[in-house]
Amino acid sequence: MLTLTSPVDTPLHRWPAGVKLAALCLFTLLLFRLSAPLPLAAIAMALAGLHLAFGRAFAAGALRQLRPLWPFLLILALWHGVTGDLSGGVAIALRLITAMAAANLVTMTTRLSDMLAVLDRITAPLARIGLPARRLSLAIALAIRFIPVLSERIEAIRSAWSARSPRPPGWRILVPAALAALDEADHVAEALRARGGAG
Amino acid sequence: MERSLSHIALFAALIAVLGFVPQIMLPFGVPITAQSLGIMLCGTVLGAKRGALAVLLFLGLVALGLPLLSGGRGGLGVFASPTVGFLIGFPIAAFVAGLVTEKLKLAILPAAAIAAFLGGVVTLYAFGIPGLALMLGKSLPEAALMVTAFLPGDLIKVVLAALITQGIARMRPDALLSRA
Repeated sequence: MLTLTSPVDTPLHRWPAGVKLAALCLFTLLLFRLSAPLPLAAIAMALAGLHLAFGRAFAAGALRQLRPLWPFLLILALWHGVTGDLSGGVAIALRLITAMAAANLVTMTTRLSDMLAVLDRITAPLARIGLPARRLSLAIALAIRFIPVLSERIEAIRSAWSARSPRPPGWRILVPAALAALDEADHVAEALRARGGAG
Repeated sequence: MERSLSHIALFAALIAVLGFVPQIMLPFGVPITAQSLGIMLCGTVLGAKRGALAVLLFLGLVALGLPLLSGGRGGLGVFASPTVGFLIGFPIAAFVAGLVTEKLKLAILPAAAIAAFLGGVVTLYAFGIPGLALMLGKSLPEAALMVTAFLPGDLIKVVLAALITQGIARMRPDALLSRA
C-alpha cells in the first residue's frame, strides 16, 4: 500500500511529527483569522517558495494533491465574478489553497510509522477508561491488511459475473462484496480468539 | 469483543475499497462513487456504535496519510478542504443510520431506506453544508444551493443501501448486526 509520504527527502522529514502537527494547528488557526488578500498572498507565496526549495519533483507532487480543489475554485471564480467582490473571492481562494497545501505538506514529510507513534501517544490516556491502545493499533493494522484482500475479492466477484453475463454487474456487486467483508470479519474474530483475544 | 473489533476493521477496509473500485454504473448510464454508500451501509449493517467506529477508523487511516478517499485523496489536507464538513459528518451519519435501523420496528427494506436517508442525507448535509459555507465564505442557503446537484445521486444511494441491506438480511440474517 502506498502512502502519501513524499519519496523526495526533505529536512522536514527529520522534524518530530508531533511538532509538525502542532505547528500545522497553529498555522491553520492563524490562517482563518486573516481575511485581507495581501497577507494571505504573501503567506501563499512563502509556502510555494518552501515547496520549490525542496525541489521541482516535490512541488509537482504537492500541486497534484491540490487538484481536488479546482471545482471549488471554479465556483468561487464564477460567484465572485458575478457579485463583483473580487478581492473577497481571491482571499477565500488563497486561504483554501494555503490551508490545504500546509496540511498536505505535513502528510508528505511524515512517515506512516511516525504518525502512528503520535497516535499511540495521544490515545494512551484512553487506556484508563478501558480502551487499551493495543486494540486501536490492532484495528488499524487489520484494516490496512484487509484493503488489498477485499479488493481482490471484489475483483474475483466481478470476473465471476462477467463470465456469466454480457452486462456489467453495476450495484449488485455490492451485496456479495459486503458479505465478503462480514464473512472475513467472522474468520478474523475466530482467529483472534484462538490466539488469546484482542486484549 | 473480537467480533466487534474485526467487524469495525473490515468495514473500514470495505469503505476504502469502495473508494477505488471503478465507478458503479447505474442502468441509465449515471456513474456513482460507492464510498458514501459504504458509509450508509456501515450504519444499516453494523448498527450505530460499530458503524460509527468503522467510519472513524477509516477517517483515521485517511488522516494518517493513506490515499483512501475516492479519487485517491487523503492525508491531512482533505481535512482543510471545503468538504471537511462532510468528513466530520460521515461517522455521525453512520451512527444515525445505525440507530434508526436498530430502533425502527419495520421490515428491513423500509427501515434501512429511512435510516440511510436520515443518516446519509439529512445528517450528512447538516454537517456538510455549514462546513462548505465556512470554508468558502458563503451563507448557509448559498452553500445549500451548491450541494443540491448531489441530491439526486444521494437519493439513489439511499435506495441502493436499502436494497443491499435487505440482500444481506436475506442471505445471512445473523450477520446483520444492526438487527441482532
